[in-house]
Amino acid sequence: MTKRVNTTKMAQFGSDAFAAKSFWHNGPAPGASYNFPNMRSSSGEEEMQRSQTPITTGTSVLGLKFDNGVIICADTLGSYGSLARFRDCQRVMKVNNNIAVGVGGDYADFQYLKRVIDQKIMDEHIADDGFALKPKALYTWLTRVMYNRRNKFDPLWNNYVVGGMQEGVPFLGAVDLRGMAYQDRHIATGYGSYIALPLLRDAADKNPNMSLQQAKEIMEKCLEVLYYRDARSFPKYQMAIVTAEGVTVSDVLEVKSNWEVAHMISGF
Amino acid sequence: MSSIGTGYDLSASQFSPDGRVFQVEYAQKAVENSGTAIGLRGKDGVVFAVEKLVQSKLYEFGANKRIFTVDSHVGMAVAGLLADAKQIVETSRSECADYRSQYGSNIPLKYLNDRVSMFMHAYTLYSAVRPFGCSAIMGSYDPIEGPAMFVVDSSGVSHGYYGCAIGKAKQSAKTEMEKLNLANMSCRELVKEAARIIYLVHDELKDKAFELELSWVGEATGGRHERVPKEIFQEAEKFANSALEDDSESDSEDA
Amino acid sequence: MFRNQYDSDVTVWSPQGRLHQVEYAMEAVKLGSATVGLKSKTHAVILALKRASSELSAHQKKLIPIDNHIGISIAGLTADARVLSRYMRTECLNYRYSHDDALPVSRLITDVGNKMQVCTQRYDRRPYGVGLLVAGYDDNGPHIYQTCPSANFYDCKAMAIGARSQSARTYLEKNLDKFADCDVEELVKHGLRALRDTLPNEVELSTKNVSIGVVGAGLDFTIYGEEEMSRLLTAIEGEERRGGAQAAAAAAAAEPAQPPAADPAAPQEEAMDTDFGN
Repeated sequence: MTKRVNTTKMAQFGSDAFAAKSFWHNGPAPGASYNFPNMRSSSGEEEMQRSQTPITTGTSVLGLKFDNGVIICADTLGSYGSLARFRDCQRVMKVNNNIAVGVGGDYADFQYLKRVIDQKIMDEHIADDGFALKPKALYTWLTRVMYNRRNKFDPLWNNYVVGGMQEGVPFLGAVDLRGMAYQDRHIATGYGSYIALPLLRDAADKNPNMSLQQAKEIMEKCLEVLYYRDARSFPKYQMAIVTAEGVTVSDVLEVKSNWEVAHMISGF
Repeated sequence: MSSIGTGYDLSASQFSPDGRVFQVEYAQKAVENSGTAIGLRGKDGVVFAVEKLVQSKLYEFGANKRIFTVDSHVGMAVAGLLADAKQIVETSRSECADYRSQYGSNIPLKYLNDRVSMFMHAYTLYSAVRPFGCSAIMGSYDPIEGPAMFVVDSSGVSHGYYGCAIGKAKQSAKTEMEKLNLANMSCRELVKEAARIIYLVHDELKDKAFELELSWVGEATGGRHERVPKEIFQEAEKFANSALEDDSESDSEDA
Repeated sequence: MFRNQYDSDVTVWSPQGRLHQVEYAMEAVKLGSATVGLKSKTHAVILALKRASSELSAHQKKLIPIDNHIGISIAGLTADARVLSRYMRTECLNYRYSHDDALPVSRLITDVGNKMQVCTQRYDRRPYGVGLLVAGYDDNGPHIYQTCPSANFYDCKAMAIGARSQSARTYLEKNLDKFADCDVEELVKHGLRALRDTLPNEVELSTKNVSIGVVGAGLDFTIYGEEEMSRLLTAIEGEERRGGAQAAAAAAAAEPAQPPAADPAAPQEEAMDTDFGN
């Protein structure tokens, strides 16, 4: 036993100068005998690895329908792994006069798709034909884009929450990086799906026809709880509100938090 | 016309012995058969106006507009074959989108003008295609660069202008413009003048019904190309009509 | 036969700035049997006169459904219309797939127009020899669009194209103000009367030679069955035919299966002819 532990330790610091030479030098590894160096694989296709992780990320996005509209919230932190690197990554966006979108996940992927969406809206404005993109249409379009990329094994590493007004009725839907999509009266992505979703469900069950004000309060509560519990969260956030009157995206707001009990958390 | 029957005027890829490309000149004729379109560039923006001839009362009001928004900050008024012109508009739109995707900002009009001119010019080089039967006026406004306006014609040649006209009555429209001090006028003034010129050059005997189209891009619109709002449109139309009446009165006095 | 030396290719401009090949393609539309389209505030209707190439053949179909919210009727080369209709169906389908919604009619027509234009500018193509009347319904209400081989298209209150369609247009112009507030039944009847005006005197509308398609608020594009049609045809039976005098003049020359080469009674069709000028 002792001996084995020793070998492992030696390996950590490079080769063991005193150990016997290994039996088989410089040759191909077993099971890879035919992969000679500098040779192209017979298919002619280069091997490559797709991105396995997002890089700069935003955390949870929250969405909630109220009696005559939709709210979408997200904080403004761009995390670089566990490092809180960018403090003003705004990821709640007004699409047109009846759609707002909130985005989590890879910020660069979001910026790419934002440009595509913005041009799409511009094209529509330019066409001047009286039609404006509807939330359901954008939601479907995002689903197709995301699912298409996933099938190429090159997903856009995002969660999209689409909210808006469609034919006078609030719409709320979410699409993830696999193209999985669903609609609900409340949506929370990422860490929020564990922490905020139960709170949203509870609130919506108790008060199915909540007002804008009530919805706002619940959102603020959720953001506060997320700030306590989610290590990738941030007290600064934005809130988009879509009603029949249009879309407003708030300035950067701040979660009111209370850390007085923090000293009691110990023991780990 | 000396060109006819010589056989040197059947292809865009052929010069005549005296060094002309007749197919391009013929294409320009198509523009001259079309309703007039004008562009006025003032100190704070560009105004477009079009005399849209209406051939049947079965058509909806406002059908087949001839002023287009090419990008948020660029307007385009066209004359000639509408189907051809729409192709130019589409090309311009994708050039704008392409520029934005590469550089992340609005395309400066001189670059757009370059690209569109080159596109139209390409159609004057080969026998397999024909030149476009249309001309286009493009105008834009930039808060730093100010207003800009260009005209590109069937041959792919383009020039910058303060005032320009294409289509049927371009000559008389230009004569009217020369009386104005365009470079120092504001869009609000230009809209009225534009409406007046279109009403003035419209030939009631040859072409009966027409609709006036007015649009602008400038400081007043926040640099966006938009159709002129209803109230200002009506005001301009009223101004045009009363100016016409004054005109015809003074004519009869002279007689 | 040849008008001049400038009419052999679509890529050749005439000294007057005209494209004769395109204008000839416009003539192909006039060879097709007539079709009429009109709309109210809530519905759009297209009607068409079908021809049978012989006693033994069935009547050639004139209406083509494109999507739930769009149908077209055709005048001119049927085969060309099939190419266009397949394109239109694909566009509608793609839009439904990517946006889960009906493609706005105006956008479809714009795309069709741009597709058709390409064929008027290249040596290796010819213009589509077909005119379409497109009936559609979207968030902006009902629409009737007319497309031409010149790649022009028109947003219409009402329209008629095809052989002897001037008489139908005359009827439509006369009654234009009435259409907006019609219910579907009245609208179809107006359409039938307009269509009837294109007929020679001895020919009658019947369930065999007429097709009717309707689309509108809460109504997917529907082609009427025989029962519905015969009811509507009976409803307008016995009314005085307005275009009677005109039709009589040309009637002698016109077998229903053969379109008249020239229609001397009908005025010059100004809307069809050199309309690509603007």
